[in-house]
Parts: sequence; structure tokens; C-alpha cells
Amino acid sequence: MVKEEQELANRPDNTAFTQQRLPAWQPMLSAGIVIPGFVLIGLAFIGIGVALFVTSRSIQVLELDYTGVGQNSPCYKCTYPNVSNCVCDLDFSIDSLFKGTVFFYYGLSNYFQNFRKYGVSKDDVQLSGDLTNFKSPSDTCSPYVYDSNNQPIVPCGSIANSMFNDTFQLFQKINGTKTLVPFDGKGIAWWTDYNIKYRNPSVTPLKNAFNSTVKPIFWSKPAYDLDISDPANNGFINQNFLVWMRRAALPNFRKLYGRIDEGVYAQGLPAGNYSLAIAYNYPVLSFDGRKKVVFSNVSWMGGKNEFLGIAYLVIGSLCILMSIVMLIVYAKFKFPEED
Amino acid sequence: MTVPKDIPDKWFPIVLPLKRKKQKGLNGAKSTKKRTEEERRVRANDREYNEKFQYASNCIMTSKYNIVTFLPVNLFEQFQEVANTYFLFLLILQLIPQISSLSWFTTIVPLALVLSITAVKDATDDYFRHKSDNQVNNRQSQVLIRGSLQNEKWMNVRVGDIIKLENNQFVAADLLLLSSSEPHGLCYIETAELDGESNMKVRQSVSVISALGDPNNLASFDGEVVCEPPNNKLDRFCGTLYWRDKKYTLTNQNMLLRGCVLRNTEACYGLVIFAGPDTKLMQNSGRTKFKRTSIDRLMNTLVLWIFGFLVCMGVILAVGNAVWEREVGSLFQSYLPWDPPVDNFLFSAFLSFWSYVIILNTVVPISLYVSVEVIRLGHSYFINWDQQMFCSQCNTPAEARTTTLNEELGQVEYIFSDKTGTLTQNIMSFNKCSINGKTYGEGTDPLGPQPKRLDFTPFNPLADPNFCFYDDTLLESVKVGDTHTHKFFRLLSLCHTVMSEEKREGELFYKAQSPDEGALVTAARNFGFVFRSRTPGTITTTEMGRPVTYTLLAILDFNNIRKRMSVIVRNPEGRICLYCKGADTVLLERLHPCNQELMNITSDHLNEYAADGLRTLALAYRDLSEDEWEAWSESHRCADKAASCREDRLAAAYEQIEQDMMLLGATAIEDKLQEGVPETIAVLSLANIKIWVLTGDKQETAVNIGYSCKMLTDDMTEVFIISGHTVQSVRQELGRARERMIDLSRTRDGEKEEGMEGGFMENGFKEAQEGDGTGGGGKQLQCPSPSPSAPPPPSNLMDNISGEFALVINGHSLAHALEADMETEFVSTACACKAVICCRVTPLQKAQVVELIKKHKKAVTLAIGDGANDVSMIKSAHIGVGISGQEGIQAVLASDYSFSQFRFLQRLLLVHGRWSYLRMCRFLCYFFYKNFAFTMVHFWFGFFCGFSAQTVYDQYFITLYNIVYTSLPVLAMGIFDQDVPEQRSLEYPKLYEPGQLNLLFNKREFFICIAQGIYTSVVLFFVPCAILSNATQSTGVPLADYQTFAVTTATTLVIVVSVQIALDTGFWTVINHVFVWGSLGLYFTIMFALHSQTLFKIFPNQFHFVGSAQITLLQPVVWLTIALATAICIVPVLAFRFLKVDLKPQLSDTVRHTQLVRQKKRKPVGRSVGGAWRGVGSVSEGRLGARGSRRSGYAFAHQEGFGELITSGKNMRLSSLALANFASRHSSSWIDTLRRKKNSHAHTPPSASGESSPAPSCVSVSVPPLSNSSSVLGGTPDIPIEEDRGATLVQNTQTVAASPTQTPPASAPASEEAAVLTPAAVRAHGGDSPGGWTVTLGTVQEALFGWKTRTTASNSPGPPSVAKETSQIE
Repeated sequence: MVKEEQELANRPDNTAFTQQRLPAWQPMLSAGIVIPGFVLIGLAFIGIGVALFVTSRSIQVLELDYTGVGQNSPCYKCTYPNVSNCVCDLDFSIDSLFKGTVFFYYGLSNYFQNFRKYGVSKDDVQLSGDLTNFKSPSDTCSPYVYDSNNQPIVPCGSIANSMFNDTFQLFQKINGTKTLVPFDGKGIAWWTDYNIKYRNPSVTPLKNAFNSTVKPIFWSKPAYDLDISDPANNGFINQNFLVWMRRAALPNFRKLYGRIDEGVYAQGLPAGNYSLAIAYNYPVLSFDGRKKVVFSNVSWMGGKNEFLGIAYLVIGSLCILMSIVMLIVYAKFKFPEED
Repeated sequence: MTVPKDIPDKWFPIVLPLKRKKQKGLNGAKSTKKRTEEERRVRANDREYNEKFQYASNCIMTSKYNIVTFLPVNLFEQFQEVANTYFLFLLILQLIPQISSLSWFTTIVPLALVLSITAVKDATDDYFRHKSDNQVNNRQSQVLIRGSLQNEKWMNVRVGDIIKLENNQFVAADLLLLSSSEPHGLCYIETAELDGESNMKVRQSVSVISALGDPNNLASFDGEVVCEPPNNKLDRFCGTLYWRDKKYTLTNQNMLLRGCVLRNTEACYGLVIFAGPDTKLMQNSGRTKFKRTSIDRLMNTLVLWIFGFLVCMGVILAVGNAVWEREVGSLFQSYLPWDPPVDNFLFSAFLSFWSYVIILNTVVPISLYVSVEVIRLGHSYFINWDQQMFCSQCNTPAEARTTTLNEELGQVEYIFSDKTGTLTQNIMSFNKCSINGKTYGEGTDPLGPQPKRLDFTPFNPLADPNFCFYDDTLLESVKVGDTHTHKFFRLLSLCHTVMSEEKREGELFYKAQSPDEGALVTAARNFGFVFRSRTPGTITTTEMGRPVTYTLLAILDFNNIRKRMSVIVRNPEGRICLYCKGADTVLLERLHPCNQELMNITSDHLNEYAADGLRTLALAYRDLSEDEWEAWSESHRCADKAASCREDRLAAAYEQIEQDMMLLGATAIEDKLQEGVPETIAVLSLANIKIWVLTGDKQETAVNIGYSCKMLTDDMTEVFIISGHTVQSVRQELGRARERMIDLSRTRDGEKEEGMEGGFMENGFKEAQEGDGTGGGGKQLQCPSPSPSAPPPPSNLMDNISGEFALVINGHSLAHALEADMETEFVSTACACKAVICCRVTPLQKAQVVELIKKHKKAVTLAIGDGANDVSMIKSAHIGVGISGQEGIQAVLASDYSFSQFRFLQRLLLVHGRWSYLRMCRFLCYFFYKNFAFTMVHFWFGFFCGFSAQTVYDQYFITLYNIVYTSLPVLAMGIFDQDVPEQRSLEYPKLYEPGQLNLLFNKREFFICIAQGIYTSVVLFFVPCAILSNATQSTGVPLADYQTFAVTTATTLVIVVSVQIALDTGFWTVINHVFVWGSLGLYFTIMFALHSQTLFKIFPNQFHFVGSAQITLLQPVVWLTIALATAICIVPVLAFRFLKVDLKPQLSDTVRHTQLVRQKKRKPVGRSVGGAWRGVGSVSEGRLGARGSRRSGYAFAHQEGFGELITSGKNMRLSSLALANFASRHSSSWIDTLRRKKNSHAHTPPSASGESSPAPSCVSVSVPPLSNSSSVLGGTPDIPIEEDRGATLVQNTQTVAASPTQTPPASAPASEEAAVLTPAAVRAHGGDSPGGWTVTLGTVQEALFGWKTRTTASNSPGPPSVAKETSQIE
């Protein structure tokens, strides 16, 4: 017996694993699976596509360019180089009720928030409220780390420096009187940005934290004074600041400015004439940029998005078509199963 | 050897890795030598003098590193890998802040992983090399220092030392033989480790020195040797010894080379001439070359292409950047001012180029090399673990010794095989005979009951118990005293040059020069004609129990031209008789006319035997009258003394007496094939693999084996034999062969068109031999087509040869054929043949042939062999396979794969190789695909982000994508995937072809992969781009922010590539499931973790994606996007694959499909392709009639000259001359015997010794032909000792029963004994062969049987019981 054991000492183990005999599922692209599969996928996609398309059609969107390129444009006057504190009024009318909560966006075109160097030009540690980085911001903020007097800039970096600073006020014109349509600017930023990522230093008053720092060069107000009306909406957790700091993926983007969900406007914007008073501060014409505002309501799937529905319909139909082709091919060239 | 001396030269090309590769091939290998040695001067016993020359010491180093050099050398080697250098370069780039578009860790983590895994592997490999080096270097040898023998390690032996060798010791260095314990300064060596020839060779010292004798005299020996510098010529040595003002010429006859083993010689002394790396063994072994697979090379090329592609992309994007910066960026400066040092759009473009090189670097898959290594390692383990490649007889599993070549096993087109020990077991067995027109020893009927093995012991106590014979009619015929049968066996017991050794009464050992001669004498022994001993003038036999002593009058020795040998003996009654055995072709011509009828019958028998692949000899005798003898004896003496043309005169004298002989019969000896060889060869050739046999054997032997293992078949259109001795004649023969091929294939094609079968064309065995004189005329047939040599026909013509041809080429012709101006001709001729056999080739030529094919054909070559003579071939082939357990371990050590049976080769190639190739190809396709899909997204994004090298994904995703998220599923596929089950790939050898044609992964496939990858990347970028740019969350917050985009794209990517791998995986084991689902799970887990608050709070600087995953993945739009993109990516692939399977199915698809259908229907197994090869095995049995023209190979594997040694008595010790049966010095040396037996297992067959020139005229007259071998154990050399003893014991008890009265032994003890033996025999018959072969051939079954018996015996569960039983009897 001992001898036999020795003899087998070198024999490899007889297990399914070592002998490559593991039980396995060996799928095969057989007609029985592929063709019905295609039909199913096609039908599902068409179904989803129809739903998306219909939903999308019900969403209302109103886009208004206010860059002021043309001479007839109301904001043309604000594009002169030396104008400051320019306000222009953009009049428009709505034909039918703008249902539900209406979201108000500002949009920029040809604006490269996704440029790499622009994107890295911020100091996350500083923005999370770390006071040491108030004194000496990170190099990544270059070229907006220190001002010409060698004072640290807070918040530093290109993104913060270039924060969008046009402001908007919407009025409904009813019989010649302008009624202010209030924008709700709370909760327009990401929850995580507002609650976790961006933190003010725990210094009260907040202003003291900014001692011996300077505001970003392009800013008119320091960070702790961004919203005079609401002290909680200042510093790094100012909602508009947060919205701006979440940079866009593509050069044409829009960002949420506020919601219209208060009072009489909670059910939507009634049909009628409106006027948008724009404090035109943000120059974009130098790089051929465009500015616009957008009114939109949303559905379960978000804003208007016709592409999605159409794409689903197209893919679904192609699947069905393909299944027919495959059926024909299969019928003609199928495996001789009997052999 | 530790550190290549030329490293400094190589540093430069690291910048230009391509250039280096080219250079290395040319001069890299040879430049290591420090100086060129013109001649070597060695003075014995004078270390001081010899040290002046700084000869290499006897220490060998095959390892590459030591502890200090490991890190730098290994890193240096690793950075020679293009990819590694590239990654290093990237790493450096990433450290430049202006460029760095990614964190440094995205590159360094994978790179470090790659380097460390490879380094660990290299270190382990080298550790084992160190171990084996140490083991060899620390062997003990006895060195004569200041007159006394001291033990020294091998590595401390110096050139000029005198060392003492004892019997069975390995020779430590190349020695000049000084003196020996044997008479005449002779000593015997076995050179199997060196050149694979297993017969023993004789070496003789210079006579004046051999007189010195003992160590005391030798200590004062101060001769000086001047000789040639170290070289690798095994059969040549040329030097001069100066001693006491005299000159003595030294030749190879005086040398003992390292690697040889001393045999049958008590002790000898030798002077170290070459040591360590200078020895011929080491010079022959060459440098360890790092082998690469063709996929490796393709991969490197592709990586370079990808690199080029990357540069192109970089340039495009950089140009884009320049344009953008000029047109847009310069205006955008109010928000994004240019860096002060940049301040210029051109410079910015330059930086952008490098930035893009960094972020797009993932197109060159960073984890590719590690993954490939891991997969190969996995495949190697599967080879090691394969039970069906485990040989239970020798208890050796298959072993993948290198882990880098697995997929190339699936691409082999040429197999170069050694013969002995690889195809054959090197066991000769007496299989059949024809006596007086009656044939004995029928082929075993595979269907009928297993015939009983004859038991000779009751009849003949001196019988060899290992001898197998199944036909009892022969034994009956001996017992009844048939005169012819008696004469037949008497001839066999007398006409040979075997030496016997009888240590104890009845314990006979035969030392035969060639195993087949041993087999014949053993057969005679068992049938009652026992050769006992010989002196120069007598032969003593025991005939039917009666001792008879014959006077040996003359030995008419064998040589290649005569193809026969005779002895002339005088029997005790005084009658003189000539006994002759030889090739039928020569012998039948010299018969007395009255033999005509018998001759015809015997010829038929011979043809029958030959068709079975047996080696035949015809036997004849002639009674001589005293006068005839006297007359001839006189003329012989004259011839012998002739000063000139002695050889010719002797031959003429022999010719004179060998006339008018009476035919006795014929013998057939089986050179036992290994189990499953013909089947394996049949399967392999159906898989379109060409098999070349390269053997040191004689042409006839090789051809015979070719037939018996079905390499050559009778339905071959023609077999060409090239055996010219001059360049011209070889060229002519090759030309003729080609012409003939073209002619025949034309006719054949023509015939086919006419709808006829080409089967009954001439089954010619055409000897297209040259007409110039050197070869001698006797053996030649006429040349049918006497046209002069034609220029090589255009190769396309040769490629289209139809019909089956075979080529047999001799070593000396091969030497010419391998010359530069003829090699193309040779290759084109040989490659048009189905089978090629090269005989009498030297180890170096074997390698040259392999190199030749490598050079001229873009094909993967595999060399398989078992002996040290195969080492060079094994090393130079793409893949080297060593057969273990037969002939030492040299071949195994040099090999890439080793196992113990030739038949495992089909499993290695058709199952493991095929799978490895398939897996590797699928792996590579997918790997390139996934990396292109991943990386190209950045390229598209470049057009939307101002060409700023902004990445699409989070940098952690970039780091982890290749090494975590997508590595395991593809690894699982690369390791476990199977398209068809293993039985099918053996059943349908055609499945192997895609590998040879390189179909599964080539440049085309690569482009398809990357095109698919690019398509996917387009979808991955533009679909989210189109959807998300306007989309908002249901809370109205836009989704077009960068982080959402990144998360969406990354998730889509991971899902798409996971679905793709799911599609690619054909064999879903649990592991695949775990890995695929696990990777997806891991992706989400890691992403959520990285985007979690906890990590952000610790490192706010690093994890600015906080919250992205949580919020993004809650949006239905994001999931709709993912689903849409996945569908767009996958649906076309699915449709394409479905249509491809239906419209253009590959064989594997069909097989897989049938498999599926079969599983469903449980139908009986179909046959289609598989049936084809099954038939092959039985072909020969069916066509007995068709084999007409082929003559047998005859069973003489040795060279002439041995007879001379016998008659001179030179090789006989005093002890044996005195017939001292019991006074043997070795009587107690059990272990010695055992070892000898073991060694005899390891013998290669009977190729004659080093001198490859067969022309007798070249043999100098004065020098005794000492190159002959002396003794090898006989045909069945492995008598287990226990059994022997048992037999002896039994024999003692039944001397009476087995008395010479020839009464059938019926005594009780005898039958007991027979009964006892049966269990072992039954066991031997028993268990199925592990491979589950259906043995259709009698021969194979024979082989199987013999093998089993042997191993059962040597593993000895049987013999002890025999001993026990016998003792009970007593």
C-alpha cells in the first residue's frame, strides 16, 4: 500500500478544476435565443422610446438669448466696453400656462469650463474651509493664487474668479404693472456640494476668516457678502457659487438660477407678458460667447430631451429589422442539424 | 557568464529598442569571449604553469543573476521590453507639472505591478538554475595532488590536473586518458549524455603513458599537451603530447569528454584539458536563448503601431490645440489666462501633445504584459496538472518548464523528432522468425484472446525471464528436435559479437554492441541455445542443456557495405561450418541454387515482416570441408597481411567464402515503438503538422521506424532517398526528386481530373542515388531519371505539389544540403514532402535543420527528443519538448515542456496548445478592444474641451480600470475558456489549423478589434453627450456637469465591456461568473466608496467627486443613457456574430453546434471529420498485398571492427578469459548491477559510434578501430533482480526437471512457478492504457505489453511475491 501511495505521489489531482472539467454553461448564439432576443429588445426599446417621446413633447421650454449681439437686442447697450452696472430688460410673452414648477436657467455658449487648466484651478482644501489654505492657497489655483500685492485670493483659482455674476429679476406685466415673480434660489446646488464638499471656516462672523485675504479679482463683492439678504447663503456655500463651481462638461451649458414655485406661481407661469431685468455684468462677447436664459418645466425624466426618445425608437426599430434579416438568413443557411 | 560582458554596449540602444534587436541577433551571442585562444598548452601536474593562460575553471554557471546583480540586470532586461520602457518614459513625463494631465500613480501602480511580478518569476527561475549548477559544481572528484588523491569539488578542478575516475562516474571535464585499470589502457565510456548514442565506446590511452599505471608514477608525469582551442566538435580532437622529448599524436580516441559515464572500467586517470565552459559538452549546449512566441512578437509590433497611432492622435490633438488656442483660447484669456511660461499657442500645443500622450497612453494596454504572463502561467499549470499526460509507469507528470510559450503550442507546423527513446522505447524484441519456410510468432490478433506468454523456465533454466514470445509452436519445434530449428538457433548463438558476463552460475548478462544483436542472442538463449562465454578462439554454448565448445576459426565482420557477418566455427565433432546472418538483399544472392523454393517462401515472410515494420535478418549456413577451409584461410591470411587495400582484399576474401550458402530462415526484430506513436503521428499529420525525424541511426533503421510508426506509408506516392557524398550529387538528387514530384503531381492531378484514383501509382521506393564512387556500388539500385541537376523550380510550383512524398536524407548529404547555396533547394524539396527523415545526423545538424526551417518558413517548429544529442535541436526550435525518464535529463533540462511519452504530444498540441492559442487570441482581441473603447473617449472629448487634455473619467477610474475593473473577467476567459471540449479537438484534428494559419489573432483581427473599440468609444462619448447636454435631473438641476458626465460614461463603459466579455466567454464556469459579476459589483462598490463623504473628509484634495455617484446613478435619464449606449454598442456585434456563425461557420462553430445538438438529442456520436484518422491505424492491415516493392531494413545497428577486438582478445579481461564464473569482481555489487540496468533503460539505440563516415576506405589500416562500442545489455535488458534470484532459486530446485533430456518439464515445482508468474503477467496485460487508446495494431499492443511488463516488474509489486512464493515452495 505504501508503495502504491508513493507511486501516485506525483499524480496530479483529479479534480474538475485541475482537469479543466469544471461544469460550465456554454452559451451559443443560436437562432432560438438571438432572434427572439432581438425582437424583445426591439419591442422594449420602442415602448420606452414612445413613452420618452410623448413625455418629452409635453415639456415646455422657453429660451431667450440676451447676449446683445444685434443692435436691436435690448442688451446691446450693455456690451459697450466702458459701461458698468448696466441693466437691460428683456420682454417676452407666454402663450399658454407654463405648468408646474418652472425652472429658470442661465446658459453660456462657447464657454470652456471643461478646459483642463481651468478645471484644476481651484483649491478643494481651501473650499472645504481649511484656514491654512486661506493664508497660502494651493499652487493649483494658478494664476489666481495671490493678487499683485501678494495677498492670497480667497476663493482662489480661475473657476471662482470667473463666477457668473449677471443677476435676474422676472416681472409679470399685468396691465402695465410689473409684479415680481420670485426666484427661489435655495436648493439649486447639489446636496453634497452644499452639505459636504464646500464648507465655510467655522469662524463667526464669517468675515473674520477672510482677514488679510482679497476677493477674487473679477468679483465685486467678497465671498462673505455674496447674498446680503440671507447670511446663511454666503461664503463658500452660496448656492450660485456652488452652481458655478460644479463645472460643465461641455462648452455649451446651462446652470440653474432659481425655481419659480412660490405663491401664485406655484402652479406654473400663467400666460401673459413678462419682463426680465438683467444686471448685465458678465462679458462674453470677447470670446464669441453667448448668454441666454431658459425657462423650463420638468417631468419624471427631467427636462425636455427629444433625442433620447427618438434614439430609443430608432434602435428599437433597427432591432426588429435585424431580427427579420436574421430570420431570413437563418432559414436559408441554418446548420444542418440532422447531420 | 553571470553578467553579460557586453552590457555597456547595450545601454545605448535602450533608447532605440528596435535597433538593439537587430544587432543582438548578429553579434550579441558571440562577443562574450574575452580573447580568442589560438592553441591550448597544458602541462600535467603544473598548476602554476597552466595558470598563466587563465583557462576557464571547471565551474559552470547557467544562471543569469546573483544577489547583487539581480536587481539592475533584471530591471535592465525588463526595460528592454518596449512596453516597459515606454511606461517608464510616461512616468517621467507625468512628473513634469506643465504636462501632467494625470496623477503619477495612474502609471506607476500598474508598472510596478508588472515589474515586480516578472521579477519574482525571473528570480524563481534563476534560483532553480543556481541550485542545479551548485549541485553539479559540488560533485566530488578525486584529484591527484602532490602524489596523493584528494577529494575535490568539480568546480575546483583545474586544467592540468590529473583526476581519477571510477566505474559509473560522470567524467568531470574533458580529459586526456592517461591510464586505466583495464588492459592496454582501454576504457569504456557511454556517451549517451553527450551525443545520445547509447552503445559503449572504447577509449585507449597513449601506450607509453598507460604503462605508468598507478598514481605514484602519474604524480611525476610532466607531459605537455598542445592542442586545438575549445570547440564544439564532439568527434574530433587534435593535439600533440610532448613527453620525455618525444611527440605523440593525440586524437579523439584518447579523450574522455565531460558528460560521458565510465563503464565497465574499474578506474582510470585522466589529464584535464578543457574545463567548465570550455568543455565540448558546454560548448555544444550554447547559450540559453530567451524564446519568444510569435504572438509575443506580433504583440510587440502591435504595441509599436499603437504607439505610432498614439503619436498621430497626439499630433492631431496638438494641432487642434494650437488652432483652438489661437482662435478661441487667446480670446478666452479673461477667464483663463495663459500660463506666463506658455504664453504662446504653439508652445501650448507642444505641451498639449505630451499631455495627450499621457492620457491616451492606455491604448497601449498597461496591464497587457502582466495579464499575458498570468494567463500563460495558468495554462502551464493546466499542463502540469493534466492527468492524461501523467505517465503512471514512470510516475512523471507532464511539466511546462517555461511558462512563456503556451500559445505557440497551438501553432506548430513542424515537429522535429528524435527517434530513439522518443518514438521508440529502444527495446528490441525478437518478434517473429521464419525457419525453413515456416513462420512463427503470429501477429497478435487485436480481437482475439491475448495469447499466452511462453514460459521458458521449465524447459531451460538459463532462459532470460524477461524474454517474451507467444508462439508455442516454435518451442515445440525445438523440443521435438527439428534440425532446421536447432540449426537456426545454433546460428544465432554463435554468429554474433556479443560478450557475456556470468557473475554466478546461470546468471548471464549479455553485452551486445547493438540491442538487436542482443535480442537475437537472447532469443537463442531462451530456445535452448545458450551462449555462455567466449575466448578469442572459442565460443562456449549450452545447447539444449548440453555444454558445447566451438572453436572460433574466423569472424567475418560486419560492415555497412557487406551488410552481413559470418563466423566460421569448428564444432566438437570437428566439422567446420560457416554461419552467416545479414540483410536479405545481400544474403539471398549468395545462396546455393537449390534454395530457390525456400528462398521464395522466406522472401514472402520477409516482406510480411518488413511491412509490419520489423527489422529483419536472413540466416544461412554453409558446411565447409577441411580443404575449403584451409584454402580460404590461406587467402584470408594473405588479405589480412596485405599492406595496401587491406579492406578491399579482406572483403573480397569474405565474399569468396560466403557463397553457396544454405538458407535457414529469417528473423524479425521489433524496435518497440512507444505506446500510441503511430496514432499520435496520424493525428498530428491530420492536423497538418509536418513531422521530421532526425536521428543518429542508420538509414535502414530510420526508414523502418518511419514505416512502423506510419510516418511513411505504402500509399505514399514516392519516397526519395538522398545519400550523395558530394555537393554535386546531392544537388542532382534533390533536383531529380523535385522533378519527379512535379511530374507525378501533374499526372496525379491529371488523373484526378479524369476521375481516377491515384492510389495504385507506383509505391516506389526509389533510390535516387548518386553515381560517384565513394558510396560503393553494392547497395545501389539504378537511377531512373538520369537527368542532370535542375535549377530549383519556382517555389509556387513546389507549394502546389499534390500527392504524398517522403524524403530520406543521410547525414553526409545533409551536410551539403545545409550549405548556404543549397539550403533553399533543400527546403523547397523537403517541405513539399509529407514526411522527412534525416538519418545519421549529428546533434549540431539537428539544430541546423531546425534553424533552416525557422529561417525559410514562417512556421512554428517544435523539437522533441530525449537525449543530450537533442539538446541543441530542442534549444533552437521555437518549442523544445523533452521526453523524460529514458535517457538522462539533459534534454529535459533544456526543454520547454517535458513528459514521458511521445503520445502525450498530441494532447499537448491539440488540446493544451490549441486552447492556449484560442484563449490568448480571444484575450488579446478583447484586451485591445477594451482599451481602445476606454481611451478613445478622451480623443473625442478633446474636440469639446479646447484640446486641453482634460480626461473624461475620474483619475481613480483611469488607474483602476485596467487593473481592477476589467482585468479579472478577461483573465478568467484567458485561462478557462474552451470552445469545444477536449475530446473533440482530438477527434477533429482539423480544429488545429486556425492556429497554424494564425487566423485567430493577426493584424486583420487586431484592426477589427480596435475598430470595434473605436466604435464603442464614439458611442460612449456622443450618446451621453447628446443626451446629457440638455438633460436635467427631476429636480431641475442640469446633468451636464463634468462629474455626472464622467460617472455616466465610466459606468456605461464598464457595463459595455462587461457585456462584451460575457459575449466573448464561451465557457462559463463558476469562476467566470464570479469574476464578471464581481467586477461589476466591485466597480460600483469602489465608485461609491471613492465618492463617499468619509474619504472626502480625510483627503478633501484627492476625492473631489464626492457625492457624484450617489446622485447621478439615481437619475432615470442616466440609466436610460447607459442602456441606450450599451444597446448601440452590443446589438451590432451580436447580429454580426450570429450572421457569421450562420453564413461562414468555422469548424469549431460547427463542432460546438453539433455538440449542443447532440447534448440535446443524446444522439450517437457523429463521425464526419473524426472518422478520417481512425482509419489510418488499420490501413496497413488491410493492404497486405500492396507492399510489394519495399525491402526490409535489416537489424544491424553496429559497425565493423568488433570482431577484430574479439579475435585479438583485446577487450577481454583476464577474468573472462579464464571463464571464471564465480570469481567475478562484481559479484557482490548489487547496486552496480542495478545502476547498469537503469542506464540500459536510458540507452538510445544502436547508432554506431562517432565516426560518421561509412566509407571503409577512410579507415586507416594501422589504427585499430577502437571507435567501436563494446557492450550493452541485450534485447531485454531489464531483468528485475528479485525475479532473477527467484528464478535461480527455482532453478536449483528443478535441475532434474530441466535436465538435458528434453523431456517436457511437468514437475510440480515448475508448474507452481508458472502459476506464480502469471499474476504479474496478468497484471501486465490488465489495466487499460491511460490514454484510452483503442489499439488496432499488433505492434503497438506488443509495445504496450512489453512496456507494461517491464515497468510492473521494476516497480515490483510482483517480484517480491514471486520470491515469497518460491521460498514457500522450498
